[in-house]
Amino acid sequence: MANTLDRRAAVKSLLSNRGDMLVLTGLGGTCWDAAAAGDDPLTFYLWGAMGGASMVGLGLALAQPERRVVVITGDGEFLMGLGALATISAEKPKNLGIVVIDNEHYGETGMQPTHTGRGIDLAKLAAAAGFPATAVATDEASLAKAITVAREAPGPALAVFKVSADKHPLVLPPRDGAYLKDRFRSALLGAQSIL
Amino acid sequence: MPDSAVAALDWPAQIYDVLRAFEVRQVAHVPDAGHARLIRLCEADRAMRTVSLTTEEEGIALLTGAHLGGQRGVLLMQSSGVGNTINMLSLVKHCRVPFLTIVTMRGEWGEFNPWQVPMGQATRASLQAQDIVVYDVTEAAAVKDTVEAAAKLAFNSVQQVAVTISQRVLGSKSFKD
Repeated sequence: MANTLDRRAAVKSLLSNRGDMLVLTGLGGTCWDAAAAGDDPLTFYLWGAMGGASMVGLGLALAQPERRVVVITGDGEFLMGLGALATISAEKPKNLGIVVIDNEHYGETGMQPTHTGRGIDLAKLAAAAGFPATAVATDEASLAKAITVAREAPGPALAVFKVSADKHPLVLPPRDGAYLKDRFRSALLGAQSIL
Repeated sequence: MPDSAVAALDWPAQIYDVLRAFEVRQVAHVPDAGHARLIRLCEADRAMRTVSLTTEEEGIALLTGAHLGGQRGVLLMQSSGVGNTINMLSLVKHCRVPFLTIVTMRGEWGEFNPWQVPMGQATRASLQAQDIVVYDVTEAAAVKDTVEAAAKLAFNSVQQVAVTISQRVLGSKSFKD
């Protein structure tokens, strides 16, 4: 059965009234989704570093234990760094939520199918790795619950949003990494944190 | 150098002292015998969070997140792991993240295991291909000053720096009990 959730609407709901949440995205579609929901200095967009988004989230979560850190990434990006499930689970960051926007395709390279459309269940993998909170969203009701898991459940938490493979217009955030990094640190740590 | 002299110098403890002085808070590692003592010292320090990785590129991403959150870190790995980090090094280069890694060498000096040699010989060139500053240490007496200079370059001048520690310092793995 085809997935029907709209990724842009789902990410907009995830980021609405975000409070003091710290947000990281993976490369590609999740970058554009987060930008479309509204740019924010406390969103750090990875335009590359495929497979690294969840681990950037762990480093940030350990450094800022009082803040909720939410990583929004795609199924292809997440699959490239599956070992991070073990690393993150072993560290038990209570304040880390990972959201996988799962359209079962590599959206930036020609919509080739990923493994998640062929039986690989990322939420079950996370649960098996020891994540105390996991959720899968397939419709509006389960989406609301999955957003709560990602934003509030004692972590590490992983929520999979099963979204349609529909293409959306590109909404590009700033793409200079040093600028994005300094902008984020300045908003979080103050201007004196910039050399 | 005889074993007793190496023990007397205790260069892993000197590295630990440098990391402490620079307020390093996250210590990411894929273990190597050459780093075993340093890892134990860091694990025993409540101010340091040691993070055991499944693969080295995770450490580049972790330390980028640490920097976003205001903490300093270091990545401890073996030279074979450098090959795993190549694309992820783009993250610290492009985002101008202070980055310090200490690399214990294999396949470089008196190696017994031929499988270690290709990556060991390619370690320096691989790091330099990603424009990482590389300091090589070939004698125990130079470890402390070199790590200190590397930490200054990384954290004060926002550079990406690797210190390699030769098998001449570590001793080659003997494959004997």
